[in-house]
Amino acid sequence: MSQVIETGKAFEFTAENVEKAKKFIARYPDGRQQSAVMPLLDLAQRQNENWLSKEAIEYVGNFLDVPYMRVLEVATFYTMYNLKPVGKYFLQLCRTTPCWLRGSDDLEAVCKNKLGITNGETSEDGMFSLLEVECLGACVNAPVVQINDDFYEDLNGENFEAVLDKLASGDVPPKGPQIDRINSAPEGGPTTLLEKTEGA
Amino acid sequence: MPTLTVDGVEVTVDPGTTVLQACEEAGAEIPRFCYHERLSIAGNCRMCLVEMEKAPKLIASCAMPAGDGMVIHTNTQKVKEGREGAMEFLLINHPLDCPICDQGGECDLQDQSMAYGSGTSRYDELKRAVSEKNMGPLIKTTMTRCIHCTRCVRFATEVAGVEELGAINRGENMEIATYLEQALDSELSGNIIDLCPVGALTSKPYAFTARPWELSKTQSIDVLDAVGANIRVDSRGQEVMRFLPRLNEDVNEEWLSDRSRFSYDGLKAQRLDTPYVRKDGKLQPASWGEAFDAVVAKLDGLDGAKIGAIAGDLACAESMKALKDLMDLIGSPNIDCRQDGAALSTESRSGYIFNSTIAGIEEADALLIVGSNPRHEAALINARIRKRWKMGNFPIALIGEQVDLTYAYDYLGAGPATLKEVAEGKHSFAETLKKAKRPMIIVGQGALSRSDGAAVLALAKKIADDFGLVSGDWNGFNVLHTAAARVGGLDLGLVPGEGGRNVKDMLDGSLDVLFLLSADEIDTSKLGNSFVIYQGSHGDAGASAADVILPGAAYTEKDATWVNTEGRVQLGRRAIFPPGEAREDWTILRALSEKLGKTLPYNTIFELRQKMTEAAPHFAEIDEVTPSEWGTFGTEGPVEDVAFTNPISDYYLTNPISRSSRIMAECSATFSKVKGEGTGTNG
Repeated sequence: MSQVIETGKAFEFTAENVEKAKKFIARYPDGRQQSAVMPLLDLAQRQNENWLSKEAIEYVGNFLDVPYMRVLEVATFYTMYNLKPVGKYFLQLCRTTPCWLRGSDDLEAVCKNKLGITNGETSEDGMFSLLEVECLGACVNAPVVQINDDFYEDLNGENFEAVLDKLASGDVPPKGPQIDRINSAPEGGPTTLLEKTEGA
Repeated sequence: MPTLTVDGVEVTVDPGTTVLQACEEAGAEIPRFCYHERLSIAGNCRMCLVEMEKAPKLIASCAMPAGDGMVIHTNTQKVKEGREGAMEFLLINHPLDCPICDQGGECDLQDQSMAYGSGTSRYDELKRAVSEKNMGPLIKTTMTRCIHCTRCVRFATEVAGVEELGAINRGENMEIATYLEQALDSELSGNIIDLCPVGALTSKPYAFTARPWELSKTQSIDVLDAVGANIRVDSRGQEVMRFLPRLNEDVNEEWLSDRSRFSYDGLKAQRLDTPYVRKDGKLQPASWGEAFDAVVAKLDGLDGAKIGAIAGDLACAESMKALKDLMDLIGSPNIDCRQDGAALSTESRSGYIFNSTIAGIEEADALLIVGSNPRHEAALINARIRKRWKMGNFPIALIGEQVDLTYAYDYLGAGPATLKEVAEGKHSFAETLKKAKRPMIIVGQGALSRSDGAAVLALAKKIADDFGLVSGDWNGFNVLHTAAARVGGLDLGLVPGEGGRNVKDMLDGSLDVLFLLSADEIDTSKLGNSFVIYQGSHGDAGASAADVILPGAAYTEKDATWVNTEGRVQLGRRAIFPPGEAREDWTILRALSEKLGKTLPYNTIFELRQKMTEAAPHFAEIDEVTPSEWGTFGTEGPVEDVAFTNPISDYYLTNPISRSSRIMAECSATFSKVKGEGTGTNG
């Protein structure tokens, strides 16, 4: 397996991203610009349809004056850098115990039946990619799927399908819990501390 | 100065010493894989666990600084179990393929598993498999065996200065690889084979050719550059199987450059194994008697002035001394050891050696490189400069070709004009040199092998004089040679005598007879009608132009002396016998002298060495650098406005032995060509 994928197209930060990159580098002392490799890779990934090509990695290397290998080491170490193209919507499905107990298997089945993709695959239309990940830290709203930057919580087979349908039609459904619930508050509204106590 | 107790032994160590080093000082052996005294500390193999009193668990001794009052135990049950545990983890993914592994017999993992492992395995799950990685023509990889000590990565990054090697992915999927699996482009890459504690990185050319216990080991000296790296020649029967570096802190530390390490197959190819005499325009095999007769017939009654001799880059001091004495007896002043025409004279020894010494580089505090690419001309000296540079506060400037030296430098200019500016104090770097306490200058052959070489040398001397490069016990004036024979030749006076001709003048075709002692780096098309006698080991440029060939021994086939660029006299030792009819070089000259009726006054190599010591007393001081007195040298004069060019265009093909080597040819095709094409993808 090759380490990185070459696209043949030159990669270059947009003017706006160059400014951002400079800000990141300025956070570190002179000569320690290598420390900014992670935010710069993230910046590059966002600009490059959510994945890092060989050109993007080398561009970051040149931007920071750091050997390509050092950049590649970082890019391959962290799972949140994608080293191959992903769909427009990058689904990160949590498979850790709480989500699993709350039905992440159903969500996986939706992906398989509806989109025809399993872990690590991209749908044929290039809209969706699925990656199974470890705990996303939203166990109270399990099961959860991270779609690009947003968490979609309290999913089940039906509402996850509805979310996917909306995304496929070009609509972005509201993020957060997909059932009647505000953030991590109880289902159906608050259950405690409903009355005011005298003298409080 | 922390004082600690190791197994009941009290030791006091320097501040900054690690517990592991303190343990060694106290005589306790600590097993290790990732720790290496010349590399940064990684602390990832966990093999060096020891018990420290008052610590809740075992500590990794390589990463723990020694502290005052520490009480360390290295031989308790807890330590034994800790090592067994670490070993068990290391062996989880290590294949049990020692019988087909080239490292077998000299493998740290094998040895330490025997000494510190538990003896049995509890592991019956699947092992991981890792695909092999391309690292070029020299390094064979079997990455399944890798235990992720990262010594190779640290070596490439820290010592070699090429950040092409790294660890990609993480956890169980971690793999060591070069960027995009390109060949590791460093002239020190072979050292990662020695550093690898397992069989993950082994020598590609040496693969499956020998087991370490079959090899005879001979301690010798490398002669393929002028560093004089200390090597161990591993031979089996009449075949050199490989070269390994030998520890010498003053010269090569424990590294060896790739050309010196991998040119050994050149010792078996293109060899001159019998005398040849040119008959009817063609070189034909002959006996020693016929060859000598042909030489005697030509030389008999000839005026000495019509005879010339050139000593080549690989010639040993013994043969050069014999050649010089023979030419004296014949009455010829035409002798020269400076094949490249370098404007070095024998006036003052300090004018042609590396006075600072190689280890002295570490004490310098400013450096000016003139007309040299030390990375190619003396890769190990370049590694020393890089080592010094990494310590910090070491301004380096370069005049000459702008090349990647693996460290940062100020580029001052291309030619003598810039050097003149510096010498006259008009350049800002002159101030840097003046301010430095131990400044040094390295003058390469690229600056001296020119028609204005003597004037360039004078400018360099002016810099040394004016800016305090020579003071007290410090001498910062250095000439970097590319040929192992050069300093010895100059020491023994192989320069034209009164009215004698130098190499350039000998090559105008006017001499009747020209004797080439393994001289191959000359323009043989200029030999004209001269009768050429070539003595040497390989059929290269010199031999093909010869009328008589006297087959000599290569450097692994004779006991001989070489003087490195520092002026350090070192002994090479015979590992195998010369092939066929070939003989040790000084004996050939001795035999020839007898045939000529001008017998050289020595019958044994000891008598010859006696004569060498008489000519140059420091030949008695083996392995030492005798400081040379600062003298006068160089000739002031006008310099040309022509940029310095480095003498080595292809690092892998600088001498007849390397040119005969298939391994070197492959390296040249892989590395030198890529650079020439300039694809722009190799950083």
